[in-house]
Amino acid sequence: MTYAIECRQLTKTWPGNPPVEAVRGIDLAVDQGTCFGVLGPNGAGKTTTIEICEGLLEATSGEALILGRSWKTHPDEIREQIGLSLQETRLSEKLTVLETLTLFRSFYRDGLDPMEAIAKVSLQEKTNARIKSLSGGQKQRVAVATALVGNPKLLFLDEPTTGLDPQSRRDLWRIITEFREAGGTVLLTTHYMDEAERLCDRVAIFDRGKILAIDSPQKLIADLGAEHMVVFTVSGSMDPADDFGAGLPGVIGVRRESEHRCLSVREPHIAIPSLLALINQQGLQLTSLTTRQATLEDVFVHYAGHGLNDESEGARR
Amino acid sequence: MSQSWTMQPLFQLFLARFREFIRTPEAVFWSYVFPLVMMIALGLAFRSEPVEAVAVTIQNGDLSEATQKLLADNKAVKVTSGSEDDCRRMLRAGQTELIVVVTGTAEKPSYEFRYDPTRPGSVHARNTVNDALERASGRKDLLTTSDKAIQEPGSRYIDFLVPGLIGMGLMGGGVWGVGYAIVDMRIRQVLKRFLGTPMKKHHFVAAMMASRMVFMIPEIIVILLLARVMFGVTNNGSYFSVGVIVLLGAIEFASIGLMIASRARTLEAVAGLMNLTMVPMWIGSGIFFSASRFPDLVQPLIKILPLTPVIASLRHVMQEGATMVQILPNIGIMLAWAVGTFVVALKVFRWD
Repeated sequence: MTYAIECRQLTKTWPGNPPVEAVRGIDLAVDQGTCFGVLGPNGAGKTTTIEICEGLLEATSGEALILGRSWKTHPDEIREQIGLSLQETRLSEKLTVLETLTLFRSFYRDGLDPMEAIAKVSLQEKTNARIKSLSGGQKQRVAVATALVGNPKLLFLDEPTTGLDPQSRRDLWRIITEFREAGGTVLLTTHYMDEAERLCDRVAIFDRGKILAIDSPQKLIADLGAEHMVVFTVSGSMDPADDFGAGLPGVIGVRRESEHRCLSVREPHIAIPSLLALINQQGLQLTSLTTRQATLEDVFVHYAGHGLNDESEGARR
Repeated sequence: MSQSWTMQPLFQLFLARFREFIRTPEAVFWSYVFPLVMMIALGLAFRSEPVEAVAVTIQNGDLSEATQKLLADNKAVKVTSGSEDDCRRMLRAGQTELIVVVTGTAEKPSYEFRYDPTRPGSVHARNTVNDALERASGRKDLLTTSDKAIQEPGSRYIDFLVPGLIGMGLMGGGVWGVGYAIVDMRIRQVLKRFLGTPMKKHHFVAAMMASRMVFMIPEIIVILLLARVMFGVTNNGSYFSVGVIVLLGAIEFASIGLMIASRARTLEAVAGLMNLTMVPMWIGSGIFFSASRFPDLVQPLIKILPLTPVIASLRHVMQEGATMVQILPNIGIMLAWAVGTFVVALKVFRWD
């Protein structure tokens, strides 16, 4: 079976002084019928990569094959089979939901009835409402409906839930899940780790225009060798060193996030007693202690060496 | 789903544009009401009226009352009287055109006309009063003359103004209606979103142009109708010729709007470009006054401005009843602009 998306040594360099290398050699393959997540901080090259796959940008070198076809030779066929929503599209506020979807439907040879697309995003009662009167979450659902109305095999969603309230995010997750369950392929970018863990079969972790790791979320977390995080704060006469706690039994890694200290541990029941002993021994007071499951966030920090919310150094154009 | 004609992308794009337009009241106002207000205001301000009676003042003296009686029946003059100081003040203030000072005796009076010979009104007053006094004193006309009023259709200012306003409306509507709308869509990333669909680019461009053609039709009809009803402005040529000029003008300015908007990424940028394009034509293309008043040196330049041939040929047809053949050179200039800017616009057009 051909891949839904296959990128080979994709690069994109924006001309300038100095030139900005937004994407620096990306290889990835997405199986049909799966959901693939592109994860990373702002400026990691996520949007540039997805827009090359959508045929909106031309790669500086390398190639993106969509459903086995090349953008260079079959652009019209590809466009008939994909649906997309951009990071930020403000659809015309003066048109109604139905008018907007009818317009988009007219661009495709085959597709859904506009009402069917509206039903897929549960906006039936807003059918004749103008876009202007919709909430942010509803507007985003209309944007996704415009991507669905051509009955695509492959859906591209660039940060579909950024800025939405929790309920709207869950609504969109449901839409994406239903699309996938019906056999569709999804490529989405996000900087929410929980979203990727929940929706994606596989994720690629992007930083500075490169892929740091690519696998299923579970596998990536398991590969850390430590599935638990121990997060604590201490106070005392002096601030302990940044690598406080390294070398304790069962501790795989140590990092500091402002006053919080995080230990990646394999077995909390061994690591925690020895941590408490060390704190006592150094005359410090433990002021808080929690444990949690390791997440993709921890995977990201492990590979990138910096937090997800730090801007990536590969600046956006 | 059936691909009926209503699901044609060209029609749907046109429909979307049309709905956006009619749901934006301010756009409708500026397109339709503003040119009308302008026409009515200017039409009233510059309406043609019969020449008013000229104001003449007789300086107080022994014979001033007798003189006033001599002129009393003459409708061409409006006579007042005053002291020497009053007279001078009134002349200075423009309240009177001519001072008449009468000396001599009742049997043999002597008239002195005081006036500024550079003021056309004063010269006219002097001749009228002189004539009236001569006749009142018994002068016989030696020639047989008669007056016949002639009001040529199409010779008033309003007849001149209406084609100018139509041209101005075509320019503003095309440049704003197409240019602004496209840049707005680019800013909202709608153009980029369309690029991600199988939409044909020429469908989009054609829909933008076609919607402009349709918005313009009521605009022109309303101007022509109101001009006729309120001011009696008639078309001395064929309506077919007017239609051809208007259609070609609309295409021309829609193309120019398309070119202006082809790369701009902010509303400030496109507004600047639009003003840069339109201001020279507002001034130079003869909307409110004849473009022939500009020096000969700049005439070749003025003649090839996109708006000049539109207005010139409209006037030629409406005021003088010119035929299509007579306006062919102007049609040629309009076509050249329409095709040239359209080709350039498509070449450099930016979707994101």
